[in-house]
Amino acid sequence: MSSNKDVLLSLKDLEISFGEGKDKFVAVKDVNFDIYRGETFALVGESGSGKTTIGRSILGITPTSKGDIIFNGHKINSNKLNSEEKRDVSRKIQMIFQDPQASLNERATVDYIISEGLINFHLFKNEKDRLDKVTNMIESVGLLPEHLYRYPHEFSGGQRQRIGIARALIMEPELIVADEPISALDVSIRAQVLNLLKKFQRDDNLTYLFIAHDLSVVRFISDRIAVIHNGQILELAETEELFTNPLHPYTKALLSAVPIPDPELARQKKLLVYDMSAHHYETDKPKFVEIKPGHFVWANGEEEAYYHDILQEMHKKETEQK
Amino acid sequence: MTETVKNVLDVKDLSVGFSVRGRELKAIRNVSLQLHDQEILAIVGESGSGKSVLTKTFTGMLESNGSITHGTIDYEGKRLSDLKKDKEWIGIRGNEIATIFQDPMTSLDPIKTIGSQIAEVVVKHQKKSKSEAKKIAIDLMDRTGIPNAAARYNEYPFEYSGGMRQRIVIAIALACHPKVLICDEPTTALDVTIQAQILELIKELQKEYKFTTIFITHDLGVVASIADRIAVMYSGEIVEVGTCDEIFYNPRHPYTWSLLSSLPQLAARGGELYSIPGTPPSLYKDIKGDAFAPRNPYAMKIDFEEEPPMFKVSDTHYAKTWLLDPRAPKVEKPSLIQDLHKRFLAMQDNPSTLDFEMGGDAVVLK
Repeated sequence: MSSNKDVLLSLKDLEISFGEGKDKFVAVKDVNFDIYRGETFALVGESGSGKTTIGRSILGITPTSKGDIIFNGHKINSNKLNSEEKRDVSRKIQMIFQDPQASLNERATVDYIISEGLINFHLFKNEKDRLDKVTNMIESVGLLPEHLYRYPHEFSGGQRQRIGIARALIMEPELIVADEPISALDVSIRAQVLNLLKKFQRDDNLTYLFIAHDLSVVRFISDRIAVIHNGQILELAETEELFTNPLHPYTKALLSAVPIPDPELARQKKLLVYDMSAHHYETDKPKFVEIKPGHFVWANGEEEAYYHDILQEMHKKETEQK
Repeated sequence: MTETVKNVLDVKDLSVGFSVRGRELKAIRNVSLQLHDQEILAIVGESGSGKSVLTKTFTGMLESNGSITHGTIDYEGKRLSDLKKDKEWIGIRGNEIATIFQDPMTSLDPIKTIGSQIAEVVVKHQKKSKSEAKKIAIDLMDRTGIPNAAARYNEYPFEYSGGMRQRIVIAIALACHPKVLICDEPTTALDVTIQAQILELIKELQKEYKFTTIFITHDLGVVASIADRIAVMYSGEIVEVGTCDEIFYNPRHPYTWSLLSSLPQLAARGGELYSIPGTPPSLYKDIKGDAFAPRNPYAMKIDFEEEPPMFKVSDTHYAKTWLLDPRAPKVEKPSLIQDLHKRFLAMQDNPSTLDFEMGGDAVVLK
């Protein structure tokens, strides 16, 4: 966790919708969060929850309908950006994709795939400089220089994901949006890729927006977690806080679904299912409230009071134990 | 486990080879495995370890360039490994042994209604009339947890979510009351919440329909809740087999140790996640000694020279590693996976398992 809490990216009242008139579909609404420089911020939710849509809007791929995306103090989701500003943003925010089978150009050599960004942005002095940069990069993701002249199909899933990471990192970005970068990989390869991402964060003070559906992986890699459901952020807290004091019923359901690799506990485990219709939001409208410093939850007045009680009880228990 | 275990399926010394561009790829090497009646057997391994190929031989669904080169498969008095033509498999494939695949998006026909895809199977395999088949299909949809089944009978696959489609695939597989259900990574493409529900469903249906399940997965964490026994595969071999508790609490093979160690649930935050060094061996070459030896930090000289036999740990637990030889030095499993139960018990110490009364709270399913 960065100590100075320098905000790198800030989303304010973000709404993203598709279609118009009666076909309008609001995919994401009321999204508010900050990402600090040097941290890993995880966005967790099921498929269809809008987590990828948020990631894409930060990259400028999906247009937003309301609200601001502020990167390094500048609003980046507007049409008023001049082309130089646009280029600057698209260099500083890079993406790592989920499926390493689909996200690499099959007909380009690895050398070209990794240096494509450098070429587009003229980020090298001469051919030797480019080759040096690419060679350094491929070695730092754990591949060999001779791999540069091969094609993506000659690599395994884990190796392809390393190429994807190299392609993003060679741009020396400040923010990386990693959209489920490990869910297509085997357990042992998963560990290698996660460690690699962590290594780069330590070395280059990188900031990650880590999009995932699996809380067990997220617990390991992230500093803070936002839980999203149906386009709405329901809870946001530091990782350990979210795991020890989950408040929103949906967060609890998500936590209960994480497989426990311990047969005895796994057999006793109760699976919780979230029922959205149980909220009574007709008159008492919900807000995104900070219930405890750094711990936000989507709740109405009644629920807020109830969550306060829970936290107090938890606190009492903790002090009693001590 | 009961004393008189009935074996449904008996695999002896099975080897499977594929001819790829003139070379032979040995996908399965001398695998022996018994499937006990009404158990859930989990087969765990990385991609390329042969877990899917192994189960494909049970239904005669090997790709055309693959063949059984050695060994036998016996199922209820029939020798499956001798069956060659598709005709000979009728009555077994689907009827007796059914398979659920990983991707529910591609295993349904996109231009036929959900209901007709289930009914079709009932008409064909059980020789029922169309109206009877419809009733059976709706009943199956009901049991696999499709809400309002009768109304959704005429919907198309695209109108269903991934989890719902997987339920339909399970319904189709169960339409013939198979004795053995092979689940090939049935939850890998699904969200964690849906995954948990599908696992519950498979457990419940098994109690109801009394079939035997083979559950293939690459994620050891998933099987802790549902497996009775676990077989761990590595480069075409079963390297360890035992009851669920034995594999988790008393694993003996170094590969099982590394699989357990790389579970993200075990990693300390901010630390490194354990990853297995190296890559699996090429299956084109003959493997000398223990296949895992080059990646095994505990490997001894003999591991590179001679293939280890299956050592017996208990009546239900076997492992293929020289570490179990009486002459081998005593090696403890890595500290990360010692006291697994205590470690997780400590982690469970949070209120997420408490019950609440207020609006919007989680419903306890079981």
